[in-house]
Amino acid sequence: MKISTLFATILLLILSSTLIAQQNDTTKLKPSYYEVNDFVEDNEACFKCHGEIKYTLEDIENDRSATKRMAPCKLVDRDKYYTSVHKSFSCTDCHSYEFMTFPHSMDLRFEENFMCMDCHGYDETYAHYHFEEIETEFTESIHNIADFNCWSCHDPHSYKAFMRNADDLEEAILFDNNMCLRCHADYDRFAQKTDREEIVIVESHDWLPNQAAHFATVRCIECHTEINDSILIAHKILPKTEAVQRCTECHSKDTRLMHTLYKFQSLEERRGGFLNAIIINDSYVIGANQNIWLNRLSWLVFGMTLLVIGFHTFLRIKSHKKN
Amino acid sequence: MATTKIYLYPVWIRLWHVINALAFLVLIITGIALHYATSGKGIISFELSVTLHNICAIILSINYGVFVLGNMFTGNGNYYRKWRKNLWPKLWKQFLFYAVGIFKGEPHPFPITKKQKFNPLQKVSYVFAMYFGMPLLIISGIALMFPEKISNSIFNISGLLFYDVLHLIVGFVLSIFLVIHLYTCTLGDKPGTLFKSMINGYHEEHE
Repeated sequence: MKISTLFATILLLILSSTLIAQQNDTTKLKPSYYEVNDFVEDNEACFKCHGEIKYTLEDIENDRSATKRMAPCKLVDRDKYYTSVHKSFSCTDCHSYEFMTFPHSMDLRFEENFMCMDCHGYDETYAHYHFEEIETEFTESIHNIADFNCWSCHDPHSYKAFMRNADDLEEAILFDNNMCLRCHADYDRFAQKTDREEIVIVESHDWLPNQAAHFATVRCIECHTEINDSILIAHKILPKTEAVQRCTECHSKDTRLMHTLYKFQSLEERRGGFLNAIIINDSYVIGANQNIWLNRLSWLVFGMTLLVIGFHTFLRIKSHKKN
Repeated sequence: MATTKIYLYPVWIRLWHVINALAFLVLIITGIALHYATSGKGIISFELSVTLHNICAIILSINYGVFVLGNMFTGNGNYYRKWRKNLWPKLWKQFLFYAVGIFKGEPHPFPITKKQKFNPLQKVSYVFAMYFGMPLLIISGIALMFPEKISNSIFNISGLLFYDVLHLIVGFVLSIFLVIHLYTCTLGDKPGTLFKSMINGYHEEHE
């Protein structure tokens, strides 16, 4: 063994014995984690620090320790991770095995992350997700700026395919909108990506009636993306000037909500003659949810009323002439 | 031909009535525009319809308050009381007059007097319109004006759906009431007699 290699090995051993983050705490591991992941205990090597808001840094050689706060952007919530789309993964499936060494080297900190397309692009297995089209949309989007990538919105450690499996649409809408609000309602994060002035969502939407109801029942992207019929969620985020502002885009018989929020939900649980009935399962949109039976009945009653009035008038005129 | 004049409509009633009529007309027109909204350009834009509908709804609601208070504290409320007394025979008599008697030139079975402003059919329809229909319309309208405050589920359906369909049905029934009301107002001695009364306050009876 060369002297330099021997020296490097000894140094590594010393470092790993003097700087220890903290011990694994297996009490935090829930049985549900093991049901979806075969690497739960291996992953704890990372979670013991990255799954906690604080970690203890111990220097054994000098017999000292310090409690450090984990940077929020480096935190991964175990519950969210083990229920996310990537729940079955080992941390080292995506991150270098060298991260097992602490402290992490500068080279590792510059590790280039995998992007969605690296695993999901041009692969028949994921063809129905249309990742290629999503990428094209993103490149045409206003979000296509420096240091902005898939992970800026979709945290791979917690991402859920909410809309595709939306049992609770309200929860899915909240999840989706929070993706936008993470930056658009937090100027510190927003300022990391752009030099633009702060956007105050409530003020910039002051033209929108019933703001709270709109924010809770539709996603930001309903108005802020261009309709794309082949992918579930449009990714071409439009500039503010091109966002939908016309009420009748949604509040009309041919509502755009059927091409966006309710696009792939063919299960219409409550028909009963309502137009765009799927919307009624979660909401009611004036103009979009007319009931054709009520419409027909109203025209019939209105017509009959006019007919009776017309006939009565005719008889009155006739009898008036007679008298 | 002698003409008898009875002062039946004091100024506050006439003012209330004209405000109510104008607000209700705008509400019907804008309500139809909202319900049948299209993505293209309609006669009235959706945004303008919402604004006008909201403004007129507030005016109508306040005006309704004036009507209720006015009826509580003036004699006008008496015209709406005891509407159930001997109801069906009276209704039938009035119905027969409208269906047959009116064409034969028969006299009105319930002539208008200072004590009896409405015939039985009018009385029942006004009581239902003003004391059942209007409160339902106003309550459901307020609910739709503040959709975020509505309960998510009422009778196992969406709160929004419940209030919207209720608002539509009551609004429609009251609109039909308005059409019939306008027509029956032509059934005075002359077609314009009753309209004139609502302007000058005097009911004219030609003998």
